[in-house]
Amino acid sequence: MRDVAILGVGQTRFGELWDRSFREIGIEAGFQALVDAKLSSGDLGALYLGNMASGSLIAQEHIAPLILDYAGLAGHHLGGIRIEGGGASGALALHEGWLAVASGAHDFVVVGGAEKLTDVPDTEANRVASGTADHEWEVVFGATLPALWAMIARRHMHDFGTTREQLARVAVHAHEMGSKNPNAHYRNKISLEAVLGATPVAEPLGMLDCAPFSDGAAAVVLGPLDRARKFTDTPVRLLASQVACDTMAVHHRREMTTLDSTVVAAKRAFAQARRAPADVRVAEIHDAYTISGLIALEDLGFVEKGESGRAFESGAFGPTGKLTVNTSGGLKAQGRPFGAVGVAQVVEIVRQLRGEAGDRQVGGAELGLAHDVGGTGATSVVHLMERVN
Amino acid sequence: MKQDTGIVSYGAYVPRYRITPTEIGRVWGTDGAAMGAGLAVKRKSVPAPDEDTITISTEALRTALIRGAIDPQEIGAIYVGSESHPYAVKPTATVVAQAVGATPNLTAADFEFACKAGTAAIQTCLGLVGAEMVRYGVAIGSDTSQGAPGDALEYSASAGGAAFVIGRERVIATVRHTVSYTTDTPDFWRREGQHYPSHGGRFTGEPAYFRHVTECAHRMMEQAGTTPKSYAHVVFHQPNGKFPQRVGKQLGFTDAQMRYGLVTPYIGNTYSGAALIGLANVLDVAKPGDQVLVVGYGSGAGSDAFDLLVTDEIARYDRTYGTPVQEFLDGGVEIPYAVYAKFRGKIRMGGS
Amino acid sequence: MSVARFWRETPRRYNLGGCRCPTCETVYFPPRGVCPVCAKHRQSIGRMEPYQLSGEGEVVTFTIVHDAAEGFEMQVPYALAIVRTVEGPQLTGSVVDIDPSEVSIGLRVRATFRKLREEGAAGVIHYGYKFAPMDERHRPPKRPGRSERVPSAAGAPVAATSGP
Repeated sequence: MRDVAILGVGQTRFGELWDRSFREIGIEAGFQALVDAKLSSGDLGALYLGNMASGSLIAQEHIAPLILDYAGLAGHHLGGIRIEGGGASGALALHEGWLAVASGAHDFVVVGGAEKLTDVPDTEANRVASGTADHEWEVVFGATLPALWAMIARRHMHDFGTTREQLARVAVHAHEMGSKNPNAHYRNKISLEAVLGATPVAEPLGMLDCAPFSDGAAAVVLGPLDRARKFTDTPVRLLASQVACDTMAVHHRREMTTLDSTVVAAKRAFAQARRAPADVRVAEIHDAYTISGLIALEDLGFVEKGESGRAFESGAFGPTGKLTVNTSGGLKAQGRPFGAVGVAQVVEIVRQLRGEAGDRQVGGAELGLAHDVGGTGATSVVHLMERVN
Repeated sequence: MKQDTGIVSYGAYVPRYRITPTEIGRVWGTDGAAMGAGLAVKRKSVPAPDEDTITISTEALRTALIRGAIDPQEIGAIYVGSESHPYAVKPTATVVAQAVGATPNLTAADFEFACKAGTAAIQTCLGLVGAEMVRYGVAIGSDTSQGAPGDALEYSASAGGAAFVIGRERVIATVRHTVSYTTDTPDFWRREGQHYPSHGGRFTGEPAYFRHVTECAHRMMEQAGTTPKSYAHVVFHQPNGKFPQRVGKQLGFTDAQMRYGLVTPYIGNTYSGAALIGLANVLDVAKPGDQVLVVGYGSGAGSDAFDLLVTDEIARYDRTYGTPVQEFLDGGVEIPYAVYAKFRGKIRMGGS
Repeated sequence: MSVARFWRETPRRYNLGGCRCPTCETVYFPPRGVCPVCAKHRQSIGRMEPYQLSGEGEVVTFTIVHDAAEGFEMQVPYALAIVRTVEGPQLTGSVVDIDPSEVSIGLRVRATFRKLREEGAAGVIHYGYKFAPMDERHRPPKRPGRSERVPSAAGAPVAATSGP
């Protein structure tokens, strides 16, 4: 397997993009990435497109050729492949793109992630999102995604003394960072009191513990590391790409408060990269719910099991921490266009490693991690990236 | 009647929620307390939004099967009597049969005869068991009845049900006699497609309830060679608390005989479930040798009567499993009218 | 949803019919075609045995749902829990007949039979298990030898000899 580099990145604004269609945002992100990589479309081998639910959300399947077509690439007859793994679809697409380049099957590929959520009412988006849990044995019995995460939160509070305030800190932090991200869905800061007092969704989680439904797209261009300097002065090496799965239903997990899929994907990724969690300076973690952000820190190896709430409260993962998480604003503030999330996380890490993150730039970013989760953790994807000096 | 045929086991179920006549009257600007006193109804039961005749029937039958240690695969027939079957077409009884593990080797059907569909089901089961066509027959009377908002019926129409397993082995109460009395008397009805029933007002009294119950009770005692004094307990259909007490007095029964069979004052009129929950309450306390008279009534109109003899087997029968009827009468959680209206689908919703 | 999709699961949804691995004796719900934990798991293919759950268990964790799942809108706020059954398998279900604020981790529950949702006003009605607080009176009596198969609170008969 050869080393793979990220040569270019692109991303649309995330949010309620009422005037923009699925194909428009998909193409915008892709072109941005191609321009950033200084690559011509003729060099491309394939498109890997992460998308969770276009069929349910815009009544359109078969979207990889759709995007290639409206990008003006139909005549190139590239391969276009859509990849679905719930909210982890984007990260899975990146994994497939990495495999293609690392194996030598392709030299240059575009990995995209796109989702258009606001073309359906919120109730419908909720229904679609719940499809990433086990429909037959969770959803039919009254479960929603926030309800399932809330049950994980309740057990975490019970087992480890995690407090409601500690959970809320994750959302406060996300909005703090999102306020510095021009692409973020939410750019307002929120107070701890606001999170605690928000409308309950599934106790103990309230409205502000949950990431919003957003439209958005992101894309990256991958190529062999040994040819990267031809295209960019700031290549980023994709050190590790790992996927791990677990039971669909939360109730079948080994324990309620650990995502084994994340634990295993992270272990494999650090082994593949020959790095340790302590080496990571910036990380984009799956904070679709405040609790998912906290336990990700434990499962990725950044903090002992059960300690995430106290560590987060102490500021260990804030802008001044040794590790800063979710500089983009995370899913909570940057937004949550399902299939685009995993790719957008990588876009943010690349910008941090290149030193192009503007007001939210952290110092000394050499190694970054992106962590994406499908559903309640049946799929976890971990990517490690480093700056090539 | 074959003297060995009768009740092998029974179970009752009443939903958790209650509403008072005072609360109903508060909304409609009438003196609910006086209404309740006139009907002798203190509270009525309200089903949760996830309960209906099928779930109530299932809960009642599951209790009966566990109490009686009855293998559901030995059930040869299940009949569910109700005027609130969740489907107009598609049986309640098949869902109940599947949910208790009785399928597929049995017959099943739904009965409808206003408030006496459950007693009609018992008679049918007695016939099947007596003819040795089935080992066990199950008769259920169960309803989630509705009165139109503001109508007098709304103060009493409630939800609940009871299931009776009829057989010839380990019988806790033999059915010594059963008779019926039936005429065409349109005192209460609901036309196809109508959400709420209509009734003949005061016509539901003398020519309907009282005539049929009285005639049927007389015929029963004549056939059985009994008098009111023969019975330890008597159970009448009870559309409210007042009618059964009045008819009981007219027939010569005492308050003590009627005490356990009278449940409507505490849970409202459970329609097809009413007389059967009353009988379940009687069986909860009955002793070997007790004679019990049951007279059901269904609008339209008819009465079914049963002369029961509680056997020694009841001493060995497990009455400790499940919720005793008395607890359903005493318990429950009172809700305001707005919640009741929401639970009962009386609020016009958007969309869909 | 087509009627078939729900109908084919009714033995599980109505009656908590699970399965057991003949080799390691682990019980599963819903039934699986292959044992996930057994060292000889490939030998379990096609050999998993039906096994009836009693419907008894305790709350492992729970939430009070305010933003309802489809079909549960009328029951908001409702308690949803993960329940560990006495036979071992864990499952998700709503907890009824209790004020949601009184649900707690460790609460003993038993399966009840309730309406899950309706396919609109004209469609089919789906039924299945929910959970209610357990009290001693709802613990099925042990009566060995009285009947080969005795009914369970979850509905279907339990082979008297196969209890855990």
